Amino acid sequence: MNSIILQRYESRDSFLHQLDARVKFITTLLMIIGILLTPQNSWIAYPLLWTVLGILATIAEIGAWRISRLAGLALPFALAGITLLVTTPGNPITEFAGLTITDNGLARFLAILFKSWLSMQVALLLAFTTDFTDLLWALENLHFPATLITVIGLMYRYLFTLKDEAQRLLQARVARSGRHEGGKSGGSLLWRAQITGGMVGNLFLRSYERSERVYAAMLARGYNGHIRHREAPPLTWQMIAPATIPVILFLIIQIIVRL
Amino acid sequence: MNENHIEVMDLSFHYPDRHLALKNLSFQVAPYEKVALVGMNGSGKSTLLLHLNGILRATSGAITVCDVPLSDASIDQIRAWVGLLFQNPDDQLFSPHVYEDVAFAPRYMGLSEAEVKERVSQALLTVGMSDYGSRVSFHLSTGEKKRIALASILSADTRILALDEPSAGLDPRSRRNLIKLLKNFTDQTVLISTHDMRLAAELCSRIIVLDGGQIVADGSAETILYNEELMEKHGLEVP
Amino acid sequence: MLPPILALHIPDGFLDIPVSTVGWVLFLFVLAFALRQTRQQFGERQTPLMGILAAFVFAAQMLNFPVAGGTSGHLLGATLVAIFVGPWAMVIVMTCVVGIQSLLFQDGGLLAMGFNIVNMGIISGFVGYAVYSGINKLLHNNPSAQLISAGIGAWSSVVIASIATALELAISGTSSFALALPAMAGIHAVIGIGEALITVAALVFVRQTRPDLLEANAPTANTGSRWIVVGLVIALLLTVVSPLANPNPDGLERVAEDNGFISKAQEPAYTLLPDYTVPFIESEIFTTILAGVFGVLVVAGVSLGMGKFSEKKQISGSDHTEQTASS
Repeated sequence: MNSIILQRYESRDSFLHQLDARVKFITTLLMIIGILLTPQNSWIAYPLLWTVLGILATIAEIGAWRISRLAGLALPFALAGITLLVTTPGNPITEFAGLTITDNGLARFLAILFKSWLSMQVALLLAFTTDFTDLLWALENLHFPATLITVIGLMYRYLFTLKDEAQRLLQARVARSGRHEGGKSGGSLLWRAQITGGMVGNLFLRSYERSERVYAAMLARGYNGHIRHREAPPLTWQMIAPATIPVILFLIIQIIVRL
Repeated sequence: MNENHIEVMDLSFHYPDRHLALKNLSFQVAPYEKVALVGMNGSGKSTLLLHLNGILRATSGAITVCDVPLSDASIDQIRAWVGLLFQNPDDQLFSPHVYEDVAFAPRYMGLSEAEVKERVSQALLTVGMSDYGSRVSFHLSTGEKKRIALASILSADTRILALDEPSAGLDPRSRRNLIKLLKNFTDQTVLISTHDMRLAAELCSRIIVLDGGQIVADGSAETILYNEELMEKHGLEVP
Repeated sequence: MLPPILALHIPDGFLDIPVSTVGWVLFLFVLAFALRQTRQQFGERQTPLMGILAAFVFAAQMLNFPVAGGTSGHLLGATLVAIFVGPWAMVIVMTCVVGIQSLLFQDGGLLAMGFNIVNMGIISGFVGYAVYSGINKLLHNNPSAQLISAGIGAWSSVVIASIATALELAISGTSSFALALPAMAGIHAVIGIGEALITVAALVFVRQTRPDLLEANAPTANTGSRWIVVGLVIALLLTVVSPLANPNPDGLERVAEDNGFISKAQEPAYTLLPDYTVPFIESEIFTTILAGVFGVLVVAGVSLGMGKFSEKKQISGSDHTEQTASS
């Protein structure tokens, strides 16, 4: 029926796409740390960092502007930091609704915005260039608990199915939500919540019973609780070396801004 | 009275992944007609039905129900006129007991409890399950669930019934009962999407054949269902 | 102010590195424990059950209902899952949900994932389950009581998770605890109602359709008390840690300067809302008390204290051992 896109991964032949997933994951973390290390008021760091990311996004054939735009999705959470504008001591800049915004407040707020915007771009780069199953494999080989990885894998496998079922439950509800001209409709809040809870309960039971069938199917295929570990080629310097470049660049940027 | 209950004009629809599911469909359905939408899996039957009450919205083209064009403003109203039965009854039953599921639609419309009760009894009576009110929906057999699901849209007292694969998954006896049941719906316009050709032959005077999201044939049951060449061409079997 | 959804997924950039690290350590520690417990509880069924339940929670979070003015009630699901399959399985399930939300959709950061899971998958579920068990015990596992306790548990889980989030943000210097806490807790006190209603209704549905499922995981006399203690510990931890949120250098400085400069002409920088000028000192006490009172009242005052009272009474319901593998 409806096809829901369940990951951002886009298959390309780019250099980034071909890097080992383990390398990419670690590099992603290091780069995010690199971004977070930017000192307060080192404004020059942000365009420099962004340029490196833009280059990577271009190499990955994803596009610098696209990643920058998508990363804007994180920004509404910035409202959580908005209090800093008025509670950080410093020189007053302007007044707004009886509150005084200080220069330090604005600086801190902007720093958080830039850091989170850039961090999200790094995460997006990882998601666009790495197939989820490869990412899971990487996590497994980075010694995340094998059971957990298997569970996540199973979840991913059934994600589409269950989302589909949830969507159809919603559609079925909507289909019976007709209203006559001028009539009041919708029922009470409690009733609506009750119906929704019923939908959740319905979905839960179907899922629970499905898990029993899946378990039986797994047993039928020889599953005995032992998680099979997929072979991982040992990491060589050739595999790691290219990924060190952005990390080193980030390091250089952080050194420059501290000089 | 309305000229037509349903008018579909040049309807096209494609899914987010650009897959074109419906291509320039046009047809009308007169009041009280019984129409079967037939076609192979993936021909667009279910997709079309989901357009009739606005769950899916056309990429281009227009739908008019009972002379009211389908739009954001009219959608609630149109849903009161079109009752859609989903293929999988589990998607439609989400209250613990049968009574509450059948009561959903009238309650949503804001009817009084007394009226709701009346509607529920009537609906359950029509599907022959008057004693099932206090039963737990989840554990009923597929046939029983289908009938309860049907009751849950009958209680909305709609002018048009759109049924998506009503006989799918039913054992022969349940299927027989369903056909008997559906034959009694003389007061409503009925559209049935199915690949059960014999059900189509028994219930519907008019057949619309879909293939690849397009209407490839639209006519009486006799001319279409027994036209071997036509049926073969579109992956269907003569009943 | 905040968008009326569960705004608890912290993106990267909002928690500083030390705080993020603490979050990861906490998460991994609890995870290791949870993996062991669920293996004991479910054996090899562990994997398919939790994998599919994780997909269920993810999908169930789509099921909403209109509340008012375009907002809708949603489900986080931690308490619900804990009630159905126990809190340890809940940890695994919610780890997957929050993890996948971050990895697939960048909803929540990678460094921040530790605390995101802690907030939405550990603290929420543990507190919810603790409250649920506690009130159940208090009311002797009476069937109607089960619904009340589930509702209050679900509500608490959301509110406490939001308080924890506000705390972590404040400790990282990303937000002022004094302002963020009331905002977060206030908004989530309302959102929590949606969580409570949906959780209770889902429970009703399952109870009437497959009551055996709930029986298999019902909190027993022993586990009930244990979970009450866990919930209490969490609440107390939050209380203890919350003063840390204020004395970040700016906060202390500000409070000190407020003290010192009160008699002098105030610099406009310290004029928040006219009403808050002096009471900023009070707000430090206020927030600590708020967290403390909330945690202590909800968990301890209701559960433990009266739990002792009910110890002497018979606990109705059959005797289950924690190790019963369900089916």
